[in-house]
Amino acid sequence: MKHAAVSKETATAGCTRRDDFPVFADPGLVYLDSAASAQKPAVVLDAMRAFDATSYANIHRGVYALSERATAAYEGARGKVRGFLHADADREIVFTRGATEAVNLVANSFARPRLGPGDEILITHLEHHANIVPWQMVCAETGAQLRVAPINDRGDLDLDEFAALLGTHTRLVAFAHVSNALGTVNPVREMTALAHARGVPVLVDGAQAVPHLPVDVQDLDCDFYVFSGHKLYGPTGIGALYAKWEHLESMPPWQGGGDMILSVSFDKTIYAEAPRKFEAGTPNITGAVGLGAAIDYLTAIGWPAITAHEEDLEAYAEPQLAAIEGLRLIGTPAVRAGLFSFVMDGIHPHDVGTFLAADNIAVRSGHHCAQPVMERFGVPATTRASLGLYNTRADVDALVSALKRMKEFFAA
Amino acid sequence: MSDLRDLYQQLVLDHGRHPRNRRAMGACDCEKGATCCHNDGYNPLCGDKLTLYARVRDDFIEDLSFEGEGCAIFTASTSMLTEALKGRKVSEIRGILDDFLEMLTSGEKAPDPEGLGKLAVFSGVKDFPTRVKCATLPWRTLEMILEDVDQGPAQTEGDASAV
Ligand SMILES: Cc1ncc(COP(=O)(O)O)c(C=O)c1O
Repeated sequence: MKHAAVSKETATAGCTRRDDFPVFADPGLVYLDSAASAQKPAVVLDAMRAFDATSYANIHRGVYALSERATAAYEGARGKVRGFLHADADREIVFTRGATEAVNLVANSFARPRLGPGDEILITHLEHHANIVPWQMVCAETGAQLRVAPINDRGDLDLDEFAALLGTHTRLVAFAHVSNALGTVNPVREMTALAHARGVPVLVDGAQAVPHLPVDVQDLDCDFYVFSGHKLYGPTGIGALYAKWEHLESMPPWQGGGDMILSVSFDKTIYAEAPRKFEAGTPNITGAVGLGAAIDYLTAIGWPAITAHEEDLEAYAEPQLAAIEGLRLIGTPAVRAGLFSFVMDGIHPHDVGTFLAADNIAVRSGHHCAQPVMERFGVPATTRASLGLYNTRADVDALVSALKRMKEFFAA
Repeated sequence: MSDLRDLYQQLVLDHGRHPRNRRAMGACDCEKGATCCHNDGYNPLCGDKLTLYARVRDDFIEDLSFEGEGCAIFTASTSMLTEALKGRKVSEIRGILDDFLEMLTSGEKAPDPEGLGKLAVFSGVKDFPTRVKCATLPWRTLEMILEDVDQGPAQTEGDASAV
């Protein structure tokens, strides 16, 4: 079954950003899966290619010009991440493979040495597996307990319960800034203040937040903030950990190897200072450059334009989705960012995904690596439509019209 | 993308919506000379989940049923499996199972209409690679049941995972 593709004209009406992304050379593509991974604009692809073609070498090593240029580009990207997160200093930014590796770094290097039997780590019911499993692993090894703050039927955190669970045994709090399964935006500043009032450090998983809203880690006052480049219109294999300097200074290295040392002998090895202490081995140099270019791209557009565009799309989409007979939105949070999760009466999310795919509409069907959230809402999976810079009202129209047709198809 | 109607044929939609033999199997007849087995199958990617029950007596599949939840392709495949194989000889079933998996995974060998009968409606699934596991999961689970049957008359259980 083929349906009229969205014409290039309608698709781009009111949105020039779409043209920045080479993938939309396919004019009919309705890409609604940016929460899984975002498409890359040409400026990111070009920056990586140009870097590899003209400035690539290993970093922090050679004394020749190429290596100096590569080092400058890599460290320059660190500076861009710092600016993007409004951190105080470049040295508070550690490059990682992504959000997952950054959480694991904090779990192993910060949490593990501080945990013992009877201690607790507090997370929420909204978390992605990346912000659950690393904590379970350190808990299993140290005898600490994982506590989970509940959410309500709308998918909002129960702030009173969260505060009540913050006890004298809590050693760390970790939660998502934005839920990847529901779109909920957590009140990070309040949650952090509650934790700090009890002297508990806070890790914020910003993987789904950074593409949608400005982040100021000093204003949020969180101790750690993690994100991935590939959800921010950058490449895979690169992401970052922000940590307050006092923490980074006190944390032992997690992985050992080259680049993270000052000197090595068989008797005594002296580690480099953070952030290099946490960047063992040759890092993803080109990836960092790509991430820097993605940040430049977003900065040039500016947050007012980005948020206005996305708020318009959300306000346009939500009532239309909610009005589809048999469609149930999973998660109707007070503040939403970037995505809609839903189930259809009598049609499994996997079948929804296949039906939409036949219309060249890309959505995600599944548990979104958030099985506890699925279980909380009593569904095995959901279909998730997530928004990016390049999406248009025409994309929303295409989704809504396909969902309406789908009901007839499966009723046949 | 191939035509959706090749994937969701009428028969598939019907079994998807009204699965046959979806029930737990009652009291076990092992003492009376039957072999009773059940196995679990799970596809963590999309959450398709089933328990397949079989009662075998004298090399005949006396009863087949399942409990489980999943997408239309998975539900229809499981339902039609139970319908097609109930009452058959175990020795016959192996051939059907191999043909079915072959039809969906190799895509070269044309399905044998004699052997597969109605099950041939799933031939379109091979053009939707992300959905092949939905259709094969109950059959992989059956494969494990047959292994258990080989091990003789005892109540056994196991686990098939479509990872
Ligand atoms: C909220 C959240 N946290 C963490 C992650 C993990 O990100 P990555 O797989 O890039 O490490 C994701 C990715 O889906 C996410 O949505």
